[in-house]
Amino acid sequence: MVEFTLPKNSKITEGRKWPRTSHATHVGEFRIYRWNPDDGQNPSIDTYFVDRDDCGPMVLDALIWIKNNVDPTLTFRRSCREGVCGSCAMNIDGTNTLACTKAIDDARAPVKIYPLPHQPVVKDLVPDLKNFYAQYASIEPWLQTTTPAPQKEWRQSHQDRAKLDGMYECILCACCSTSCPSYWWNSDRYLGPAALLQANRWVQDSRDEATGDRLDNLEDPFRLYRCHTIMNCSKACPKGLNPAKEIAQLKKALVDRQL
Amino acid sequence: MSDAQPMRTPLRQIRGLGSARSGTSHFWHQRLTSVAGVPLTIGLLLIITALLGRSHAAVVQILGSPIVAIVMLLFIINTAYHMWIGMQEIILDYVHEAKWKFLALMANTFFVFGVSLASIYAILKLSFGV
Repeated sequence: MVEFTLPKNSKITEGRKWPRTSHATHVGEFRIYRWNPDDGQNPSIDTYFVDRDDCGPMVLDALIWIKNNVDPTLTFRRSCREGVCGSCAMNIDGTNTLACTKAIDDARAPVKIYPLPHQPVVKDLVPDLKNFYAQYASIEPWLQTTTPAPQKEWRQSHQDRAKLDGMYECILCACCSTSCPSYWWNSDRYLGPAALLQANRWVQDSRDEATGDRLDNLEDPFRLYRCHTIMNCSKACPKGLNPAKEIAQLKKALVDRQL
Repeated sequence: MSDAQPMRTPLRQIRGLGSARSGTSHFWHQRLTSVAGVPLTIGLLLIITALLGRSHAAVVQILGSPIVAIVMLLFIINTAYHMWIGMQEIILDYVHEAKWKFLALMANTFFVFGVSLASIYAILKLSFGV
């Protein structure tokens, strides 16, 4: 259901203001969402001061700096630190993006950091994405064929391969889906932009033989048609992809097979 | 949503009752009625402009004339259908509790049929003078 206010136990309070490092001259202020499942408290916004001369240029660098130098309990996911793993997706300065590719200087100060919106929070900046991953699994993201596999590889023309550009690059960081209001209201039934982009990646794949079945599984008032072309997904994507366009392609394929 | 359906795997919850295998006609009809709405709305505005300042008898005569009546009827049918499926989308977006959802969907249908049939009846009455 649509929720215009946060539940009582999710209301955000003012948190702790952590001390500055005394010798720092170039300081960046960070206001970060904190929530601990174990202490029974409401979430709060903690304030941290980062010594920018001792810290890398990206928001993830600042988070790691805080964890190493100020507060080891600050919890977030990170792995590759170069925008290919999608682990550090979070809401920075009001936009879902990857902390590792977002420059601190590109965000308004103080830099406000929240977990991805409208997902259950595990702790601090770590959202529970099991629903999101189940949606990805539900579109069956693998090559499906009836024809026996050839001796070598399944062949594909250069033109057909080019159709997958703009889709294969998706790293499933969930920035797009969690920026979509339709997904906020209906994430139990609407697949969301990320899973739909991935679905189109397989619908458009010239080697796949299950195109019709894939479209059958998407043709649903909720799974696909909750998309109302709001386009927050395309605005949010930190990889510069256009999920809205891929969803439009799915809708077009469904119309094409009827008319 | 994980609390609403305990002890079910996430995939079970996402697959739910399966695909409804529908929605495309709905989507297509929404576009179709949008496009049809452009000339029909222009037609309606022209008719309203022509009616401004006229006497009751003149208005009755203009609205009852064949071309005007047909444009009016097309506008009413097109707009009512567009409104019906559009409002249904909004209800599906925002109203999730089964009781309220079905009530809202029914109210939407009744309202659209009531308003459009009343409007159609009015135009036909002017056309045929019965």
